[in-house]
Amino acid sequence: MAAAAGALRRLVRGGPQQGLGRLLQLRSGIHGSAPAAVQVTVRDALNQALDEELERDERVFLLGEEVAQYDGAYKISRGLWKKYGDKRIIDTPISEMGFTGIAVGAAMAGLRPICEFMTFNFSMQAIDQVINSAGKTLYMSAGMVSVPVVFRGPNGASAGVGAQHSQCFAAWYGHCPGLKVVSPWSSEDAKGLLKASVRDDNPVVMLENELMYGVPFEMSEEAQSKDFLVPIGKAKIERQGTHVTLVSHSRSVGHCLEAAAVLVKEGVECEVINLRTIRPMDVESIEASVMKTNHLITVEGGWPQFGVGAEICARMMEGPAFNYLDAPAVRLTGADVPMPYAKILEENCLPQVKDIIFAVKKILNI
Amino acid sequence: MRKMLLAALSRVLQGPAAAARPVSRVVVASRNYADFASEATFDIKKCDLHRLEEGPPVTAVLTREEGLHYYRTMQTIRRMELKSDQLYKQKIIRGFCHLYDGQEACCVGLEAGIKPTDHLITAYRAHGYAYTRGTSVREILAELTGRKGGCAKGKGGSMHMYAQNFYGGNGIVGAQVPLGAGIALACKYFGKDEICLTLYGDGAANQGQIFETYNMAALWKLPCIFICENNRYGMGTSVERAAASTDYYKRGDYIPGIRVDGMDILCVREATKFAAEHCRSGKGPMLMELQTYRYHGHSMSDPGISYRTREEIQEVRSKSDPITLLKDRMVNNSLSSVEELKEIDVEVRKEIEEAAQFATTDPEPPLEELGNHIYKNEPPFEVRGPSLWLKYKSVG
Repeated sequence: MAAAAGALRRLVRGGPQQGLGRLLQLRSGIHGSAPAAVQVTVRDALNQALDEELERDERVFLLGEEVAQYDGAYKISRGLWKKYGDKRIIDTPISEMGFTGIAVGAAMAGLRPICEFMTFNFSMQAIDQVINSAGKTLYMSAGMVSVPVVFRGPNGASAGVGAQHSQCFAAWYGHCPGLKVVSPWSSEDAKGLLKASVRDDNPVVMLENELMYGVPFEMSEEAQSKDFLVPIGKAKIERQGTHVTLVSHSRSVGHCLEAAAVLVKEGVECEVINLRTIRPMDVESIEASVMKTNHLITVEGGWPQFGVGAEICARMMEGPAFNYLDAPAVRLTGADVPMPYAKILEENCLPQVKDIIFAVKKILNI
Repeated sequence: MRKMLLAALSRVLQGPAAAARPVSRVVVASRNYADFASEATFDIKKCDLHRLEEGPPVTAVLTREEGLHYYRTMQTIRRMELKSDQLYKQKIIRGFCHLYDGQEACCVGLEAGIKPTDHLITAYRAHGYAYTRGTSVREILAELTGRKGGCAKGKGGSMHMYAQNFYGGNGIVGAQVPLGAGIALACKYFGKDEICLTLYGDGAANQGQIFETYNMAALWKLPCIFICENNRYGMGTSVERAAASTDYYKRGDYIPGIRVDGMDILCVREATKFAAEHCRSGKGPMLMELQTYRYHGHSMSDPGISYRTREEIQEVRSKSDPITLLKDRMVNNSLSSVEELKEIDVEVRKEIEEAAQFATTDPEPPLEELGNHIYKNEPPFEVRGPSLWLKYKSVG
């Protein structure tokens, strides 16, 4: 019983596992009947997280455009205004710089705001408040003034929304000391990371993905609990492997798993790492994996130059994993162009499953 | 004649142990009830009003204690800023240094109109506010000289000083205004009857984010007093060259506003009390424009005479200096004497000298602390230095 419980803990915390099927197997093994895991979309997982944290701590509140009476532009905050009212769920005018500054000031004065950007593209209007007011204040004040604020919203490409609505900001915010930056993929990630972010006493940027909102995932019983947290700063090995390490975050994690499922038929076992946190990045997990597989491919939706993959490659050069690489590390990224509208163009501006498969075969020389 | 007799009397009263006692205390003790009034009433300039039927009162009562306190505080700030000027020219203070001399009536008057439990945020011309909000001169000067005894342990510098209920010290022009409204939102949220004073200059008044903030503060009735310290110049650009409308107290549009003589501390105090009352009663934000003046240039790298004349500076100094105005009022109305105020000057000078001594001898922060205060409540971790071999420990 203890062993099974231990195994379950490892599964949830990111220990070695081989996919969600295994999770279900073990669950039925322990209880002997239908698993207590349920299918939960990322959207609902986020909604649950918001509801639980609002209930838990009076100081938590949500502000942003359309979060209240519209139930959220992407329905993430559905039902919350009805439940918590005007004081806790605040509709703002279209004034990003203004309301972001207000959120940061409120955090400085002891509240715990969640500031929603309808998409992170609009956060550019407010980026000074995120970086200069939120990110740097604890340091400048030598610890006197802390800023427990969460900035969240959809990041990166969507579907056919054009260049100005498709940018990935992982590298932008990941660049800045003082901020924490998280990027969930699954429902478990979304719920656990949002809860952890709200409870964190530092400014956290949470980069969600619009295309993931409607995707259902199995949520274990533990993940359904009100105190389920995913630790910030720890990556998760979604799939164990031996031949190549695929490191990714957000939606691309799914593509890596799909590519791995195809490659396994050809005898290639990919290890898929879900970063979960961009900053502080769990470099140790990547290093340990690369030292095992000797091959590294990073996959992301953002632009190539100065991106997340670029950082990972640089860190591999500087650490023990370098001597274990049998081939140069490779990055798969968004194409180095503003995102076009036409479907065929847009599809080819992001790393697809076939691109990942191609890259794996290329570096493994098969 | 009376002065001579009293001087003689005080010498007699002093006795042999006089050398140990501070002179001022003896003089005050011998002169207090006999010669000084306990308070006086003054006419103050009527404020221009925007969307208000009534404004602050046109008279103000100043007690002797208040007067002495305001005088000492303003003089302390004045001398502290002049000392900073000196230290900057000696290259002991580096980087940016925006001095507040000339504007003392603003920070001291504002503080006199609110409670210590109220909140205040301003931009980078912040040394005066750091002082009135409770930071010692020692800690301010040591922060300017970048020493570990500085109020931010040398990590912040001139533009980033903080204290209880004082949120800096902010370097990005205008960014502090939404922050201030956020603090006001927290005041309303917590329901403790506190307000936030949110300051900005005539230059910042043209920032878009300020208008975004006016809108939300009015919409949500935030207990926020927006305060424009109009010292006539945004860096080197006079108000006429920067703003289509220089009636800064009207630019909140739907937000009621008052324009205040920022060189008269009583005017500032009464206006602040008036605005604070408005906010505390739940009526929403108010806007105060304080008409003031800075003697120094924009910062220490600006001589301040390419865009304004020396004559103008001289005229303000001779006709409107806030410390002189208060001094004249007090002396002419028997609230104090020239000698008593001179003694305060001497004490202040001494305090500043000692603080400067500390600020120039205290050691710089240790290198080991370079990585600290990145995250709060985080187990210690490593921070990268300029190369992969240089790492610093970070504790929150």
